[in-house]
Amino acid sequence: MKDAVTHYCQGCGHSVIHRLTAEVIEELGIADRAVGVPPAGCAVLAYFYFDVDMIEAPHGRACAVATGIKRANPESIVFSYQGDGDLAAIGTAEAVHSANRSENITVIFVNNAVYGMTGGQMAPTTLLGQRTTTSPAAAGREVHREGYPIKVSELLASLEGSTYIERCAVNSVRAIRRTKKAIREAFLTQMNGEGFSMVEILSPCPTNWKMSPVKSWKWIDEVMTPYFPLGVIKDSRKGSKKDAG
Amino acid sequence: MLVKTVFAGFGGQGVLLMGVCVATAAMNEDKFVTYMPSYGAEVRGGTANCTVSISTDEISSPIASSPNYVVAMNNPSLLRFQHIIKPGGYIVTNSSLVNVELGRSGVTQIQVPGSDIAEELGAMRSANMVMLGAYAAVSNVVSFQSLIDAVGEVTGKKKKELVEFNIKAIKAGHDYAKEQIKKFASIEA
Amino acid sequence: MKNKEKRLMRGSEAIGEAAVRAGCACYFGYPITPQNELTEYMARRMMETGRVFLQSESEIAAINMSLGAASTGVRVMTSSSSPGISLKQEGISFIAAMELPCVIVNIVRGGPGLGNIAPAQSDYFQATRGGGHGDYRTIVLAPGSVQELYDLTRKSFELADEYRTPVLLLADGMLGQMMEPVVFNDKEILPEQLPDKPWTVKGAKDRPSRFIRSLLLDVDVEEEQNWRLYRKYQRIERREIRHEEYYMKGAELAIVAYGTAARIAKAAVKRCVEKNMRVGLIRPISLWPFPYEHIYKTAETVKHFMSFEMSTGQMIEDVQLGVKGRAEVLMYGRPGGVVPTPAELFRVISRAYNKIAREK
Repeated sequence: MKDAVTHYCQGCGHSVIHRLTAEVIEELGIADRAVGVPPAGCAVLAYFYFDVDMIEAPHGRACAVATGIKRANPESIVFSYQGDGDLAAIGTAEAVHSANRSENITVIFVNNAVYGMTGGQMAPTTLLGQRTTTSPAAAGREVHREGYPIKVSELLASLEGSTYIERCAVNSVRAIRRTKKAIREAFLTQMNGEGFSMVEILSPCPTNWKMSPVKSWKWIDEVMTPYFPLGVIKDSRKGSKKDAG
Repeated sequence: MLVKTVFAGFGGQGVLLMGVCVATAAMNEDKFVTYMPSYGAEVRGGTANCTVSISTDEISSPIASSPNYVVAMNNPSLLRFQHIIKPGGYIVTNSSLVNVELGRSGVTQIQVPGSDIAEELGAMRSANMVMLGAYAAVSNVVSFQSLIDAVGEVTGKKKKELVEFNIKAIKAGHDYAKEQIKKFASIEA
Repeated sequence: MKNKEKRLMRGSEAIGEAAVRAGCACYFGYPITPQNELTEYMARRMMETGRVFLQSESEIAAINMSLGAASTGVRVMTSSSSPGISLKQEGISFIAAMELPCVIVNIVRGGPGLGNIAPAQSDYFQATRGGGHGDYRTIVLAPGSVQELYDLTRKSFELADEYRTPVLLLADGMLGQMMEPVVFNDKEILPEQLPDKPWTVKGAKDRPSRFIRSLLLDVDVEEEQNWRLYRKYQRIERREIRHEEYYMKGAELAIVAYGTAARIAKAAVKRCVEKNMRVGLIRPISLWPFPYEHIYKTAETVKHFMSFEMSTGQMIEDVQLGVKGRAEVLMYGRPGGVVPTPAELFRVISRAYNKIAREK
């Protein structure tokens, strides 16, 4: 990490997830090979915080950009860092096809159930009943109007090409430890050349959820995880399971 | 001098290959040449055609607006292209398959039973080479020898026997067409 | 294959072979007619040479894969046809903003909308005015023969690297499909022979980390970046204008046409000259930068111009900008994928020429 003060709101999950990712990169000794692809979204400025090579992607296209980098320079360790709007709405095709090609990249997928940077609009992962600025009805998001929240991990896990997919959260010390381990597993998957890996991280957005940080943590447990269950969603690795810490 | 020729037939009759062979021959004679195939949705219907333009000068449009020659391998080709042939031009038809009457005047039709000749030689699919030979005899736009060389260059990448057979087919078509032309000449005389 | 040997090549294959011989390391594409032969050629040749070919899930993905690959410093190409190029525009804007070299081929087809697959020149505005959002330009080269498709593809890679900018090769279905003899006038370069670029993101080994971005929230910084790009575009305008003249000496009417239209115009102009009409042709080869200055100088003596396009009239605006009111600018166009014949254009030019002669 660079010595910088982040622009993230109080209680936001991004800074924790940045730190975990950076720690894993350092611990695995791949900082001089790592190339990060931040999204359009709250994490758009991630290149100010990560002390590795980075290149911005147009909204939703991080998986395609990462594919280009990895194909052109297979020695690099390429990760995209994407939010739910970026990956599960505008960038669905790129994510699905990268996973399906078993593209040897790692996706850090931050699911906070809203569009954060643009001001709290409904995301593809916004939960039923959740109120946002674009699902303002008293009943919040409703199926007949806005459809269901997308379970991205399960969706990508259903593809033959995806290798390692885990869903985690960053709302407790235990969960944070688990998340770091998952990120490590994901990078190891790539380092061993085993194909597409993704860690979906349920992350608080107190500002747009209009909650205190503490209440946000609780909300992840009480509302998000029942719909987005935590755990390893898919692990079809052959070689790296034993080596993994 | 600008000579345009359309080669037309069913997909699979090898009409595009005929065009490539003639174009290669012209290139090797240091002439200006363009080859333009039909493409896209047009070729999905099972018909194919291409236009070869040969000139002593730069060629502007590779498209056949009024070709000097049409080689028609089947009925639809004759029907489609007969009316755009330049007055005084030629249509060489594969009379084994073309049985509709030519519907215009002012052009000369040379009938060569390309498929039958090819079958007699032992490979019906070489009808295109027979017709290519016939076309060479009628047009003289490239020399017979450079056409033979070009066919070797274009089709010889895989099999030598194939080239030899193709040359045999071209000669057969060439000889047949020569006879036809002689007959025309004697009628006119 | 000996270098100076002529070989009969399809236009799309000439582009592909030129790219391979220019050391292109990555190609990304998505099927669309009439440019599939290029994608298929690249699939075959890139696999043969052990380089990267990837059929993407969309044109959007293809341009962004190109962006990613370009950021590692290798030579990259993507290609499509009109509707697909529209989809690529966001990515092209990013590539211009991030100052990455990339070659983009547009085998233009009839439009708007799905249009048809026939040869057209209706993407001129899109090509020469940046195409996507923001204050940027792309170098646009418009070849007129298969040999030029070959030569200008090579040139596109060189210009893209030199100026770190996207270069658009603008052809059409006719040029892409037709075959003509091609001579390889260049020396083949392998990807590994190309010099390393000092700005790439391949991992911060033995150097501080760096990033490539286009987001500049501070308006002063964004303004300075825009001026910086502008100065680069000015440099390109000074150095990279390409055009050709045909029978312009003593001409009273100058036809301006590019690409396929210029081929047709050449034949029509030749016929005019044979009939003792003082008609010439100016063929812009670079559409951006456009030969404004040359046209301005020409307009000192030539008082009549005619823009001839396979569209309803797009380049005519550049011709007008060139003459700056010094001369009359006429227009003749056939849109929708129609390729006019030289005879047709000859009639049009004759009428215009005779009218000019009467009014003199």
